[in-house]
Amino acid sequence: MADYSIIDHRMKSATGEPPAARLVLIVLALSFLAVFLFVPLAAVLAGALRDGLSAYFKALAEPDSLAAIRLTLFAAAIAVPLNLVFGVAAAWAIAKFDFAGKSVLTALIDLPFAVSPVISGLIYVLLFGLQGTLGPWLAERDIKIVFAVPGIVLATVFVSFPFVARELIPLMQEQGAEEEEAARVLGASGFQTFWRVTLPNVKWGLLYGIILCNARAMGEFGAVSVVSGHIRGSTNTLPLHAEILYNEYNFSAAFAVASLLVLLALATLAAKKLVEWKSRQSAGEPG
Amino acid sequence: MTIRLKRHSVLPGFGLALGYTLLYLSLIALVPLSGIFFKTAAMNWDEFWNTATAPRALASYRLSFGAALAGALINAVFGPLVAWVLARYHFPGKRVVDALVDLPFALPTAVSGLALAAVFSANGWIGRFLEPLGIKVAFTPLGVVVALTFIGLPFVVRSLCPVLEDLEKDVEEAAASLGANRLQIFWRVILPSLRPALLTGFSLAFARAVGEYGSVIFIAGNMPMVSEIAPLLIVTKLEQYDYAGATAIAAVMLVASFLLLLIVNLLQWRSSQKTA
Repeated sequence: MADYSIIDHRMKSATGEPPAARLVLIVLALSFLAVFLFVPLAAVLAGALRDGLSAYFKALAEPDSLAAIRLTLFAAAIAVPLNLVFGVAAAWAIAKFDFAGKSVLTALIDLPFAVSPVISGLIYVLLFGLQGTLGPWLAERDIKIVFAVPGIVLATVFVSFPFVARELIPLMQEQGAEEEEAARVLGASGFQTFWRVTLPNVKWGLLYGIILCNARAMGEFGAVSVVSGHIRGSTNTLPLHAEILYNEYNFSAAFAVASLLVLLALATLAAKKLVEWKSRQSAGEPG
Repeated sequence: MTIRLKRHSVLPGFGLALGYTLLYLSLIALVPLSGIFFKTAAMNWDEFWNTATAPRALASYRLSFGAALAGALINAVFGPLVAWVLARYHFPGKRVVDALVDLPFALPTAVSGLALAAVFSANGWIGRFLEPLGIKVAFTPLGVVVALTFIGLPFVVRSLCPVLEDLEKDVEEAAASLGANRLQIFWRVILPSLRPALLTGFSLAFARAVGEYGSVIFIAGNMPMVSEIAPLLIVTKLEQYDYAGATAIAAVMLVASFLLLLIVNLLQWRSSQKTA
């Protein structure tokens, strides 16, 4: 922008709008965002603190809320590492090699984005539910997957698997394979090549992918709702617990639980900005 | 005779990486997803057709697709405005606003639903001003549109922002020096170069909104035939242990989403052919 500052003085009418028009456009855009984003966000926080701080913390310290927090963390702790390994493997194959069917594979990774969350849950009910394909076999062995914790973990893994791969693939494609090929020719092992050459180049993108994957894993509602069975204290994640409290007209507790997820979302957005800033900084460095 | 499926490379790990990717993708996604079609194929045709085209199902498709379209259209108008203001102007708090545009991506859908329902209900912060005007948002189909607008906004803004930032200023300067006024420059110079990105953002927002569940059910009211979206109908049928019925609706939704994606890809491919 600095480059244009001198030109702007002389040519304001050519490439900019008159100040009044600017103001109108800014006010219009901000009003739209206020109605759809800012006011609802503030409403959650205000709703959470409606009955005071002590009520807020009491709602969060309820055994059912604590169980929901534990289950949410547990599901994310399994889903994020699994999807991290998958994302790195998929990006390595897709970005560094040419093979038949590559574009089909890339499109398949986006499947969870194309499928309704409800359908993402339904597929596991159809497979593992009592009336499902494997249901009778599992029931004989007394293994519960759907309406139990394993189903929640599975649904969480499904909805969050594209994120790391989707961040890494374009990044690694853009960087090409020359540096890795040079490392190999100079005698580096495959693992050394990945660890010393590929990883430092993509670390910020990788981190961003993990952050997004984690946000989705902790916040998923539709898919988890279908496979959960809504057993309080046992198969309720944080978003499901917020829904139950809301349906019981326990609004301040519902918003208290929801406010935790708002904090997660705000932390995710802040981390995103930080990663963008860091990666721009490291891209600006020579070499 | 061997067919070369892969170009030779000195880099290791192709077999392992691709093998693991395919295995994981199959186990987590492809096999479970194909279950929907096996289950549907096991139904007899009349049974499937009667479930999938029951009046209540048809009403839910109409709402899901209609409200998704309305939401995406609203975003196609306000999304460019927001992207323009963020890319071109400076104002206090711009960085915070810029970060918050991604909120619908980052906020769990259930929280979005709770928040919108609270704000747009008759005694909510915004609803109380609409109520005297006779506009009811929460617990009506209009509420569904509001939720789906919220969900779709970042898709449009984020598709447009990079294009607006890369737009060459000299083209606008050239147009101005040739005598075009600002409005003409916008319609004739800027808008045409935004069109592919706008189309991408619009269709991503639409595709996402069609299947959306969490943010809608709190604000929709969920009355059968009136404000019940298709994903909710699937859940309702599942809760009544009507697995076949749920699967039939899911199959219709899946086929519709895949067709949509296909059309979007074709459109994008055609517009990239034209500009190339």
